[in-house]
Amino acid sequence: MAVASDLSCHHLVRRFGDNIAVNDISLDVPAGTFFSILGPSGCGKTTLLRLLAGFDRPDQGDIVIRGQRMNDVPPNKRPVNMVFQHLALFPTMSVGDNIAYGLKRRKVPLAERQKKIERVLEQVGLPGLAHRNPQELSGGQRQRVALARCLVLEPTLLLLDEPLGALDLKLREQMKVELKHLQKQFGTTFVYITHDQSEAMVMSDQVAVMRQGRFDQVAPPETLYREPATPFVAGFVGDNNRLSGEVVSLRDNLAEVRLDHGALVAGQVAGSQLAVGGRADLYIRPESLVFTGDGLNERFSRLDATVRSTLFDGANSRIEADINGQPVYARLPQDGSAPGLAEGRGLQLAWDPQLARVFGAEAL
Amino acid sequence: MRSSAGRLSLILLLTPFLLWIVLLVLLPHLQMLRVSFQVRESWDTLVWGVEQYQNFFSESYYWRTFVRTGVMSVFTTLLTLLIAFPIAWYIARLARGRARGLLFLACLIPFWASELVRTYGWMILLRESGLFSTWLQALGWVDGPVEMLYNDIAVIIGLVYNGLLFMVVPLVTTLDGMDENLVEAGYDLGGGHLTVLREVVVPWAMPGVVSGCIVVFMLTLGSYLTPILMGGKDSAWFTQQIFTQFITRFNWEQGAALGVLLLFLSSLMVWLGLKLTGQSLRKVMG
Repeated sequence: MAVASDLSCHHLVRRFGDNIAVNDISLDVPAGTFFSILGPSGCGKTTLLRLLAGFDRPDQGDIVIRGQRMNDVPPNKRPVNMVFQHLALFPTMSVGDNIAYGLKRRKVPLAERQKKIERVLEQVGLPGLAHRNPQELSGGQRQRVALARCLVLEPTLLLLDEPLGALDLKLREQMKVELKHLQKQFGTTFVYITHDQSEAMVMSDQVAVMRQGRFDQVAPPETLYREPATPFVAGFVGDNNRLSGEVVSLRDNLAEVRLDHGALVAGQVAGSQLAVGGRADLYIRPESLVFTGDGLNERFSRLDATVRSTLFDGANSRIEADINGQPVYARLPQDGSAPGLAEGRGLQLAWDPQLARVFGAEAL
Repeated sequence: MRSSAGRLSLILLLTPFLLWIVLLVLLPHLQMLRVSFQVRESWDTLVWGVEQYQNFFSESYYWRTFVRTGVMSVFTTLLTLLIAFPIAWYIARLARGRARGLLFLACLIPFWASELVRTYGWMILLRESGLFSTWLQALGWVDGPVEMLYNDIAVIIGLVYNGLLFMVVPLVTTLDGMDENLVEAGYDLGGGHLTVLREVVVPWAMPGVVSGCIVVFMLTLGSYLTPILMGGKDSAWFTQQIFTQFITRFNWEQGAALGVLLLFLSSLMVWLGLKLTGQSLRKVMG
């Protein structure tokens, strides 16, 4: 690889009894990037992070940080620092002492230590708070102290374990943007784990979607959203509607699917396990669904639906429609041009097959 | 109507507590304080004076015993802390489920027997014809019977044993509430085992440490049976002097003065301990 990578893992495995928490994971994080690991709870992402931090040892595989093999290096000797889920600020120390803790361990002299503490507090936007107790700070401020405590040590790698989970929604939105800016400003490589796809999408350069100990896909957020590699990614990243049926034809990278209630629809082939006559799932995003008037393209797939309810949420307003007992969500046009959508009214939903993705149904 | 009913129930609820405090704690101590300042001139004449307190300072045996008791109690308390900390750490952080309950029970079981019985247990082990002595002889490590009782070490062993539970319980309680991530953060930011213990764990456990130390120190300072039985006649524990004055010499005035001094000493030490560790009594006692 041309770019020097700060972290690379080769075939990492960690087992707990019969349960394989991390199953043969390899990854490569270029220096200075924001790398997120996104997955539902229990997918093994925390275990992976603890392997990187050194709190746990892999059963197989290598962890290499800037060219150095780290497997046998204890956590206090690794060039890696971690922001914990509940931050783990030392409650018996002031903000300044919390930040000084790591510097003292490196025997940084007092005068320099104070200079560094002041500077890092300024960088995270908390100038002059060194004498406060962590308990006196707000959630967002504590968050920044936890970051400052790690960043002052200039680690090669900063690990973040869902640190935004405890914040309320508004603050979380704000911290997302801020974290991204801080990462650019410090230039440190961030490895961020979360179950919240919006956090991962907004902040990251690269996102790895993790499921059952494996990576389903590693890609930039937009690729993940537009070109999901697996049905799991399609369903987990962003909102999506899933329609099940049977493949009737495959041609020009388009698959025609006969849905279970008889309608014939089409979408782009996305998985390799598609075969005529096999079961398949078609994924179509709410914003790709259009309400039919006339003048629709011939190629578009159409479905008859009934309005169940309107879900008003500002720019993200949707309708919940019913297609043969299955709920389907469609985004309302931003300009309010949608026809009167009274409950129980019938309408036709249509989409460009290029925007839908068809995967072979997963064997359960 | 309503408030008078509320007041009545408050009074009823408080009465046992107030009776306890006033009758069993406050009155006897005030009485003792009064008696300690009364000097008996003849069999039926009492005058106010500080002769008993003067005796304490002029008679070196009194104040030497006093200092010795204080120093040995401090030492016992620290030793108890050193032994109890790893035990509490194990129970609070490492043991899980059943093991945890059993370990707690193991600490508690000795206290189902009275202090007297517990002390006799130690005597069976330590005396000249006791178990340890017999084993040492059987192993051929010593030639004749060894007397391990009636010295300061024996007294301290007995006192540490008596105090252990009262140190373990508050320590387990505080350590239990500590976030595991704090320890990990301590390592993650570059600390070794000792640093994490000193900078993170001990400061967190400080309220438990101090409250355990206060209880053990008070118990040790005021203990009577263990020093007498395991230290023998020469153990010179201050409570023995008080006993002697009250019971043997029937000199209540002197006994009361010594009792007041002991109370003063223990309060002073607790206050000093709180000051030195920067804790407040309210925080420590939860």
